[in-house]
Amino acid sequence: MRIALFVLPALFASSVQAATPIELMKGYSAEASHQQAGFVPSAQRGADFFARRFEVSAKMPACTSCHGEDPSKGGRHVVTDKPIKPLAPFANSERFTDLAKAEKWFRRNCKEVVGRDCAAAEKADFIAFLTGGR
Amino acid sequence: MKTPYLALTLLALPLAAQADKLVIPAGAPPAFEAECGACHLVFPPALLDAKGWRQIMARLDHHYGDNASLDDQTRQSIDNFLVQNAGGAKVSAAPAAPAEPPRLTTTPWFKRKHHEVPAKDWQDDKVRSPANCAACHTRAAAGSYREREIVMPNGRRWEEKEDD
Repeated sequence: MRIALFVLPALFASSVQAATPIELMKGYSAEASHQQAGFVPSAQRGADFFARRFEVSAKMPACTSCHGEDPSKGGRHVVTDKPIKPLAPFANSERFTDLAKAEKWFRRNCKEVVGRDCAAAEKADFIAFLTGGR
Repeated sequence: MKTPYLALTLLALPLAAQADKLVIPAGAPPAFEAECGACHLVFPPALLDAKGWRQIMARLDHHYGDNASLDDQTRQSIDNFLVQNAGGAKVSAAPAAPAEPPRLTTTPWFKRKHHEVPAKDWQDDKVRSPANCAACHTRAAAGSYREREIVMPNGRRWEEKEDD
């Protein structure tokens, strides 16, 4: 399965602007392998990260505080109550198709919830979890 | 706001008369809806004065308990739009603490408009924050704040409150 996922983007080498979640994951994996030779993204580590209670922020102790526990469903911003669309790309095709946008939200939300910037390895794991083999 | 005359004209516009309709003025940069609207209803710039918006936009990394930081170009485009369309003295708010940005829900105008709202409604789980306009103003997303559109957290229309 993993090999299939990595081959896929080559088959769809298409538009300049739009990226796929898998392409983003591959980019983060490549970055991570500089720090950690032989790095392979793990959906399980991503799932654990998504569910972990970092407890850095009182209102937003975990990703799930706003995104809900099921990434195929939406969530609600815990402060403003604004609906948040699903994180999983198969439920929301806009997710992880724009590197700058993904980076912006990782930057903000990692600082807020995790208390620091996320590592490339964590971002790769996160997308591996959210794409869930689809 | 180029000339004092125009500034005076804008200040003289009674906010109350426009209160049913609080639309986002034309000329908003694309980032306004995309960035501000990602987490909350895009608030009409007229709800806060220019000083207040500048203070908010200067501290986006400390945005009411959230990190809403932007790259400087985007930040500046939104800042300009907010300041150009900001309200006047009626919607001036002092920050609760020196390091905190002001809240558009603490302006004299906002307080006067909402003084009849019981405390229990503000604290309702469906409301969460006084800035959650759409919790009661059912058409807030369309910029419409008419009294007849208000539905309180208990499901009752605001206009029916006198029947209680």
